[in-house]
Amino acid sequence: MNPIDRFQSVWHDPNDYARKRKQQTGRKILGYFCSYAPEELIHAAGLWPFRLLGTRGEVRMADTHLQSYCCSLVRGGLEAALNGSLDFLDGAVFPHTCDSIQRLSDIWRLNAGFAHHFDAVLPVRLDSPSARQYMIDVLNEFRQELADAFGTEISDDAVWQAIGDYNRIREKLRTLYELRSRAPGLFDPSTVHRIMTAAMVMERREFFEQINAFLEGVDPDAAGLGDTGRKRVVLSGGICTHPDIYELLARAGADVVWDDLCTGARYFEGRIAEDGPDPVAALADRYMERTVCPAKHRDTTARARALVDMVRQQQAGGVIFLLLKFCDPHAFDYPYLKKFLDEAGIPSLLLEIEEQPPPEGQLMTRFETFVDMLSD
Amino acid sequence: MAENEKKHDPEKEKRKIQTVSRMKEIMTDYYIEAKGARENGRKVAWITSGGPVEPLIAMDVIPVYPENHGAMIGASKMGAQLCERAEEMGYSRDLCSYARADIGDAVAKTGPIGGLPEPDMLVCCNNICGTVLKWYETAARFFNVPLFILDTPFIHREFTDSARKYVLSQIYEYISFLETHCGRKMDYEHMEEVGRLSVEATQLWQSVLDTCAHKPAPMTAFDAFFHLALIVTLRGTQVTVDYYRQLLDELNDRIDRGIAMVPNEKYRLLWDNLPVWYRTRWLSDKFAGHDAALVADTYTSAWSGMLPDITGQTFLEAMSETYTKVYINISIDRMFDIVAGMIRKYDVDGMVMHSNRSCKPYSLGQYDLRQMIMDRLGVPTLIIEADMVDERSFSESQIDTRIDAFMETLKA
Repeated sequence: MNPIDRFQSVWHDPNDYARKRKQQTGRKILGYFCSYAPEELIHAAGLWPFRLLGTRGEVRMADTHLQSYCCSLVRGGLEAALNGSLDFLDGAVFPHTCDSIQRLSDIWRLNAGFAHHFDAVLPVRLDSPSARQYMIDVLNEFRQELADAFGTEISDDAVWQAIGDYNRIREKLRTLYELRSRAPGLFDPSTVHRIMTAAMVMERREFFEQINAFLEGVDPDAAGLGDTGRKRVVLSGGICTHPDIYELLARAGADVVWDDLCTGARYFEGRIAEDGPDPVAALADRYMERTVCPAKHRDTTARARALVDMVRQQQAGGVIFLLLKFCDPHAFDYPYLKKFLDEAGIPSLLLEIEEQPPPEGQLMTRFETFVDMLSD
Repeated sequence: MAENEKKHDPEKEKRKIQTVSRMKEIMTDYYIEAKGARENGRKVAWITSGGPVEPLIAMDVIPVYPENHGAMIGASKMGAQLCERAEEMGYSRDLCSYARADIGDAVAKTGPIGGLPEPDMLVCCNNICGTVLKWYETAARFFNVPLFILDTPFIHREFTDSARKYVLSQIYEYISFLETHCGRKMDYEHMEEVGRLSVEATQLWQSVLDTCAHKPAPMTAFDAFFHLALIVTLRGTQVTVDYYRQLLDELNDRIDRGIAMVPNEKYRLLWDNLPVWYRTRWLSDKFAGHDAALVADTYTSAWSGMLPDITGQTFLEAMSETYTKVYINISIDRMFDIVAGMIRKYDVDGMVMHSNRSCKPYSLGQYDLRQMIMDRLGVPTLIIEADMVDERSFSESQIDTRIDAFMETLKA
């Protein structure tokens, strides 16, 4: 199977992929919901971190545990845990994240019945030396709990090795994003999205081989492919699980050239220093410096400034906000982000996503109207 | 005839709590003082309801509570209108209605007190939710004032040593923040005195709530929602200590004289979550109509749960644990232990849970908590879906029917 087909098949059914690959490799799998889950430590323990992205099916069993005013990521994630579709997981780790995921952790621990459960309650503040020290302490506690639970040791060398692996994976993902930004026509509109999903769910060594092979096959100067003649936009929000959005946007006349999604650019942002004395402190420093999730605090305008800079750097004409319904941290930031964009003369569109995006026809009309407003 | 009874019902007069008028005086004085802070050269800090107010009192800064203001807006039935104002500014209707109403009123200034006194600084403690972090960031941008965040890690299983160390270092960072923005040093002896008053008030508040263990209860949770204001806003002052002593005396006197808040109290209920501020009277009458008294609640008791253990440590040191362990900063199983204790203490027949759209950390998990309460303790539990301030999320006919049906099962 060539790399693109492999990515496509993983995207199509991540659970099926995990089940089969686990059988072949014997690797244990730990699920997680958040880009602050310390994957490097999981990887260093010889486990395989698997990003949970809700469910594509109907939510039924989760209704007995969660109210309707809870986001689809949390409801869908719990549904998948309860209905057996995550039967390959050996456990999950919850790094606090937000009010809803914090409660999901309790409900999951009390009902889902996986062998292992970890809470790594990271700081919410990412702006002070005491928060950094606390982050290092929590990561070390998680490292110890993980080692105890799986009867292994996680040496500094193993963590340094994992950091190296992750730095290389993240470099490749950055290369992929940069290629798309330079020449959006090199890929089908949703290809990068599908590869990002694969990056977060595939056994990481296999993913690294596949992404290398994929990138080797890309000719960045392929004549005529690069320039699509479409306008350039960036996406802003938490997670995106809908490849249709990229395809519809392309049909409406715009290419997504960058994003600040936690399932997108924030996943690979920030290289971990490989030359320090303490590998766990190095992990903490990446989190302390990376663009924040709105559930974390850096300062009161950091996200807006980063977004405006991103739009300028990527020479994009506008921003599309993907707001997951009932996601409080993102919903609170939206008015001020929009204000900063307005002041910088950058048009934006707000798209609220419940379990599914709005129907295709309606979405297409909104995209076309928005794209028409954008300057080239 | 019904009208007549309302006007001249000596029975009803007798059941009124007299101390209520003293609360109104104190709160009026407090808001006048806060509104006039600038002319009198005093600083105002906005602080979250679960935040450590004692250092502010010790530094002579006037604490102002946007959440208390949110409750006032709700009780004045101005919630929907002010929430809509925030929605016009781009804030989603799914966000916390305290935050929406308060953000709306900061712009409109049409609320019950014509807008809160503007802050010189903001103190946000996330022990009650992640929403306050976002809300206070919004306020920091709007008023362009400094923001201090006290980050209290959620307790899923235990309060770890690393969390204790982290919170304690932030308590000292908090004091430095106040010293910087007030331009003077903290008087640590005075701080301990404020701490002592805070502990005393908290103990008195617990004693006030404990009077409801008596059958019949001399007050109900609906009264506690009202008398709560001082333990939230002015913990650490003598006036609060004096107030709760007076209230406690009155309640004990009611017990001696056999005065019950619900005339024919037959059923004793436990309330969970914030009040439905714009419907407290309706709900109170509704339950009383079934001879049911809400004898306790998990909300007002959260402040007495904050009682620090100050043996062998200073008040400031004790604060790190006290403020991290509050009721909604702990896991569902730990919440169950507290609820089970209350069910025993107040000898409760049933529980009423307000599933509050505005408050995810309080409400998500209620379905599991309810199941644990029914399975392990055999206590029937009703869930009503509503919102604390936004009356658009209240369906009277549906809730009316559900309460009737629930009471029928209790009576059966």
